[in-house]
Amino acid sequence: MPSDSSPPSRRGLIALAWLWVAAPLAYGVYELVRKATQLFTG
Amino acid sequence: MSSPPVAPPGWSRWLVPPAALSVHLSIGQAYAWSVFKPPLETALDLDGTQSALPFQLAIVMLGLSAAFGGTLVERKGPRWAMTVALVCFSSGFLISALGAGTRQYWLIVLGYGLVGGIGLGIGYISPVSTLIKWFPDRPGMATGIAIMGFGGGALIASPWSAQMLDSFGRDSDGIALAFLVHGLSYAAFMTLGVLLVRVPRTGRPAESGPSAFAGPRVSARGAVRTPQFWCLWVVLCMNVTAGIGILEKAAPMITDFFADGSAPVSASAAAGFVALLSAANMAGRIGWSSASDRIGRKNVFRVYLGAGALTYLLIALFGDASKPLFVLCALVILSFYGGGFATVPAYLKDLFGSYQVGAIHGRLLTAWSTAGVLGPLIVNRIADRQEAAGRHGSSLYGLSFGIMIGLLVVGFVANELVRPVHARHHVPAPREAADAQRQQPA
Repeated sequence: MPSDSSPPSRRGLIALAWLWVAAPLAYGVYELVRKATQLFTG
Repeated sequence: MSSPPVAPPGWSRWLVPPAALSVHLSIGQAYAWSVFKPPLETALDLDGTQSALPFQLAIVMLGLSAAFGGTLVERKGPRWAMTVALVCFSSGFLISALGAGTRQYWLIVLGYGLVGGIGLGIGYISPVSTLIKWFPDRPGMATGIAIMGFGGGALIASPWSAQMLDSFGRDSDGIALAFLVHGLSYAAFMTLGVLLVRVPRTGRPAESGPSAFAGPRVSARGAVRTPQFWCLWVVLCMNVTAGIGILEKAAPMITDFFADGSAPVSASAAAGFVALLSAANMAGRIGWSSASDRIGRKNVFRVYLGAGALTYLLIALFGDASKPLFVLCALVILSFYGGGFATVPAYLKDLFGSYQVGAIHGRLLTAWSTAGVLGPLIVNRIADRQEAAGRHGSSLYGLSFGIMIGLLVVGFVANELVRPVHARHHVPAPREAADAQRQQPA
């Protein structure tokens, strides 16, 4: 258990920050993969 | 906001990469400008050259603001820089919305090109120095994450902007509304970076590995006076030119290469090829720059330039014989192109230290602007001349590929000439300077 003087845990903030940037990037990568498959099917 | 925001005790360095990504994923939208070109041409009665003007001006402003604003960014800190990037980039869209709504095209050029372009340049360099200070043990990986974001920005913006135009309409009102939503959304998205970014406390050891403040200390002004800076300038310029050589004409190139074969490449397959190149560009940014932390910056640039030249040779000799070989070689070249962008800040840190690495990086980006002109000029002009001379298919590109190989060899030689910076260019650390002053006789 952290003492009063120990710095606060940032795990929640880290997860939220990474989710903030990962979500739109995942959308972009999904759209990219959809388009890239046309090279093999188009 | 007069001094850079210093991290409180317990602040995690893993909060800094998402802060950097929120800026780079936003400003990377610049490479998706082409989505707006056809609707603007129809709605405002423009030709192709006119509709490209906001993007071209934005890229020029990117280079200029990164080169001339770098020292200010170092002095004021990353939060100031990210705020400037947010205000300029978002205002650029808002001014453009006004321009589209009132059918005043000059406002779009001024907004997106001039004001937004300043946001691009300041935003691009804003997190570099801070990331290197937080990750002295893995500077390649840290800057690779951020600069990968610049590549990823277009991946997000391209389908997103297209869907928005489909919903709002492709007339001037629809474009204005799309610009407005872009401006507000990017402002909200970039706010995360402004709120989260912190600089490490001076003298604070990294969570692991070497100190962020150890190593050489060379000022930006001092760096441009060293041969190492100009060698790296040539290295970056040659590497980017070679990548743009493929990127600029990717779709027509793959179509031309296999036009005479039994299985010609369709327009949708060519579009798929372009998308695959974007993926290789992005993967190269994070993959190769992370690898540089293990194998060394000079070695990884040997790979980009040496293996890049050999890969170009493979395409030139056997590219039209095998589609998988052509695609594979193009992907490798594009991964080297992205890798070069992402690794160069860490290379600068190795040579000049983290003292003013952001400002030095800003000055080095003029190599990118030069390559942005050189690459397309070589490939387009030579292909046009070869076509006028009656050539067709893969023979349209033979000469320009030969030139690219020559440029990569020049870059390889420049990389071999890079040596550690002489101590006479180093700036004494504040404590050392104070000690030296005390030791001087009164």
